[in-house]
Amino acid sequence: MKLVVLWRVLVVVAAIGLLEVLCLAGAIDRITMPPPHEIARDLWRMLVSGRMNGAIRKTLTNAAIAFASAAIAGVAFAALLHGHRQTRATLDPLFATYYAVPVFAFYPLLIAVFGLGDLPQVLIGFMLGVVAVIVNTLNGLDRVPRVLAKTAAVNRLGRFRTASSITLPFAAPHILTGVKLAVAYSLIGVVGSEFIMSRGGIGYEISFAYNNFDNATMYPLIVLILALSIAVNALLSRWEQRLRLRRGQR
Amino acid sequence: MSADVGAMAAAEAGEIRGSGVRNALILIAALFAIWQGIYWWFGDIAIASPAATARYAIGLFGSERFWPHLIETSKAFVAGYALAVVLGLGVGFWLGFHRLSSEVLEPMVVAVYSLPKVTLYPILLLAFGLGISAKIAFGTLHGVIPIILFTISAVRSVRPVLVKTGRVLQLSPAAMVRTILFPAALPEIFTGLRVGFALTLIGVLLAEMFASQRGLGFLLMNGIGLHNVEQIMAITLLIVVFAASVSTALLAIDKRLHRQA
Repeated sequence: MKLVVLWRVLVVVAAIGLLEVLCLAGAIDRITMPPPHEIARDLWRMLVSGRMNGAIRKTLTNAAIAFASAAIAGVAFAALLHGHRQTRATLDPLFATYYAVPVFAFYPLLIAVFGLGDLPQVLIGFMLGVVAVIVNTLNGLDRVPRVLAKTAAVNRLGRFRTASSITLPFAAPHILTGVKLAVAYSLIGVVGSEFIMSRGGIGYEISFAYNNFDNATMYPLIVLILALSIAVNALLSRWEQRLRLRRGQR
Repeated sequence: MSADVGAMAAAEAGEIRGSGVRNALILIAALFAIWQGIYWWFGDIAIASPAATARYAIGLFGSERFWPHLIETSKAFVAGYALAVVLGLGVGFWLGFHRLSSEVLEPMVVAVYSLPKVTLYPILLLAFGLGISAKIAFGTLHGVIPIILFTISAVRSVRPVLVKTGRVLQLSPAAMVRTILFPAALPEIFTGLRVGFALTLIGVLLAEMFASQRGLGFLLMNGIGLHNVEQIMAITLLIVVFAASVSTALLAIDKRLHRQA
């Protein structure tokens, strides 16, 4: 296992090193990309100066709102939907094709309806995330053993208590899979829509820097947002793995 | 990592139960009813009615202004998807075969799947210039990842006895892929191709929505500037109808392949 990690580090270092050499040798010109060490230096300066703090805060706040509403609404909706077979069967084609439809195509409509505030971006993040939560929660609820449902009935738990103390906890690892996707999707939705058209946020700053040929701002921001989402996803993956191990699953 | 791929498949595919066609029809009727309801509630200022949108969409096919955009998007999509398929199958078979490479690289590919890849688009623009090649590259970047991941897991889940038979027959690597691995892994590879199809389309449209002068994505953004809600909604409707119907068809083929396997 350790050898694999070593190789992984080596591949990343080699890729960055190759870029550095190509940039310094002039094979990649400065207008296309500054050498990696300059990007790192610019990123450091940018973070220290704090001039992007507003944009970073805006993006993270909107992504957090989109994520939280997708997670809560998704779990609640799935818990409600699980008991209604017919409604669920009717909605199945929607869930099955949902991620094949470019949700971003709705962004211009949302702007036309709600104006160019934060709401359209949050909504896109929400729309991208919520169905992953619903589908995975339903998947988890399907696996709750009947004996648990019977135990709940024997103990005369109401529907709400059954969901909150038995079925949802049992489905937790599956819900977490959906939640993990929702984190990634809400960030993708918010940053992506900021990037296409908005008035602020990291995505906006990247597109603004692109339009001004300001590579010294653009590349550090790109690295920042990529590093941020890799870190968040890695943390969630680790947590998910721990939960699975505790359940005795692989 | 197969958990991640599984989650992707679950989120992307969902499951169809019961009589699919009837449910789909009820669903479509319900969605249009909700749309009409919203229209009555908010009125003309905010959104266009389903009827007006459909009329506008049909009208688009009669206008000369529309065709170049549709052709541009189609070209970028076809080229991007073709590249994604070739690259994805190539890398997928390589990683599926080679244990160490896949252990090293597969987590990285999975990580790229959940990145906000939009932020990479300016880099592609700088590298390829402001034209169709950057769109193609961006579409490929989106589409190639599921194809790689599903191909890896497809190759790995081929029953060892088949591979051993191939070794006994002393097949060359190419013949091994063509006559044994590909047919045995086809159902799962097809799932990757299906998801890759959808993601390539998303990539191309996203690229067109940012800094482009042509294509359906451009028309969407152009509608905002023109305050032309009918144009926005008609293009959105066309994209949604296209994506949903192709994906439904691919899903049906996918199901059949998996049943046969």
